[in-house]
Amino acid sequence: MTAPLTEQAGGRVDGQQPAVRLQAVSKTYGQGKASLLALDNVALDVAPGEFVCLLGASGCGKSTLLSLVAGLDAPSAGRIDVDRRRIALMFQEPALFPWLTVSANVEMALRAKGLGKRERRARAAEYLEIVHLGGFGRKRPHELSGGMRQRVSLARALAQDADVLLMDEPFGALDAMTRDLLHDELERIWRERDLAVLFVTHNVREAVRLGDRVVLLSSRPGRVVEDFPVTLPRPRRTDSAEVAEQAGEITQRLRAEVMRHGAAPNRVPQEATPDGP
Amino acid sequence: MAADTHARQIAGLDALELAPARRAGLLTRAWAGTWPVALAVALVLAAWELVVLAGWWPEYVFAGPLTTLTELGHRLGEAEFYQALTVTLRRAVVGFALAIAVGLVVGALVSRIRPLRRAVGSLITGLQTMPSIAWFPLAILLFGLSESAILFVVVLGAAPSVANGLIAGVDYTPPILLRAGHMLGFRRLTLYRHVILPASLPSFLAGLKQGWAFAWRSLMAGELLVIIANRPSLGEQLHFARELADSPGLLATMIVILVIGILVDRLFGLADNALRRRWGLHQVTA
Repeated sequence: MTAPLTEQAGGRVDGQQPAVRLQAVSKTYGQGKASLLALDNVALDVAPGEFVCLLGASGCGKSTLLSLVAGLDAPSAGRIDVDRRRIALMFQEPALFPWLTVSANVEMALRAKGLGKRERRARAAEYLEIVHLGGFGRKRPHELSGGMRQRVSLARALAQDADVLLMDEPFGALDAMTRDLLHDELERIWRERDLAVLFVTHNVREAVRLGDRVVLLSSRPGRVVEDFPVTLPRPRRTDSAEVAEQAGEITQRLRAEVMRHGAAPNRVPQEATPDGP
Repeated sequence: MAADTHARQIAGLDALELAPARRAGLLTRAWAGTWPVALAVALVLAAWELVVLAGWWPEYVFAGPLTTLTELGHRLGEAEFYQALTVTLRRAVVGFALAIAVGLVVGALVSRIRPLRRAVGSLITGLQTMPSIAWFPLAILLFGLSESAILFVVVLGAAPSVANGLIAGVDYTPPILLRAGHMLGFRRLTLYRHVILPASLPSFLAGLKQGWAFAWRSLMAGELLVIIANRPSLGEQLHFARELADSPGLLATMIVILVIGILVDRLFGLADNALRRRWGLHQVTA
């Protein structure tokens, strides 16, 4: 059922060009004694149209990994193959521009592409419709709820018309009911648009609910511990017995990983983790 | 069907989560803003009258509020007052506009070019702490008793605040917005134009407000020192009121200067509030 990922990297995609490929990627922060190894020799492939969830406790470098793939930061070693022009990133926070209306925020994604104003507006309205916010284009971000803002953020990411969507705990700050609904939304959009999604979370059920694969990372340094395929039929429900069962299995593995750190506290650097927002 | 329920569920949550709009009526807000001011003015006038009644100074040296306000009323009916007001306000507007232009250019350059920041960053703050009146001897040497001398000092007084406002705004652009802008494909100049500049607007506005205060002070110092023949100004009126020991006239002019300063500051306050409301930075009461 599970196997160390390093041995099967590339094997899963059978000759098809992966949308994202990480080979022996490491990331070190700082220098000398104060240096912190955030990611260690990570290999990971995401096939086109595949939904991969990255799971790990805090300090496992999940966010670091996304930053590297997004090109916001450079790896210390290794290779990342991805078409950066076809990539969108959604953050933990909505990261909307407060001086713009909701519509104009989405339009920002189209502005960089050089579309005209009228075209931008029409397209933004379409994307807002996709996330069920059709009537809210003229509002300002602060007038919306947290879940709505995160949907605007999703609409903005979609408007980039990317092939790869990177998501950094995008629903972490939302209440359970809103999150459930957004899972359904995301799943629908992912299928309709045939996106490759790399979804970072520390919520095991969320990972099983959404992913084709759940990749478990260890903490400090972040290494790929195990790669769990999720073959449950879609659409899944977060509260279903099947999801709970597989989540339980993964949680046990995650617990073992976390306990390993408790056993050898001296080996764990106490610096602030770079895995912050 | 399922998709429909789903959409309705989402719409329902959205409606529940949106806070109902709640803003007091215009009259209530106007009254809430007015009465403390009226009370403060009344207190100041009362204290003033008390000092006059105490008789520490003779009436021709320190006039009472009633005499002063009567004198002010007279002046408001005279053409000469408006000539002086026009000259002073024109200087203020031209000087402040120039200061904004200079501050913008300097601020933009310093905030973007790192070596320049190290070179002149602290110099700008140093300039800001320099009392503007200390510039006048040099300004008069350079430009004579002229408009240019006044303008020179007004610009020097206000531009550092404007520049610092912009620099602070650029520095405090939330990193998350920079990253978002980067992911959306904005780089360097486009990032500056579409993300960094708009993000620094609140801080820039604060810089403008402070710059105005400095400009206004510098201008008054300048008009007291640089008196140009046949060009009446508020500062000049102040100067001659002292020469002629015209206490009510002097105090009346001071009130005018104070009121203009407050009114312009209020304008900036309104702009700031409007901005905060649009950005949702806090609930506005004024």
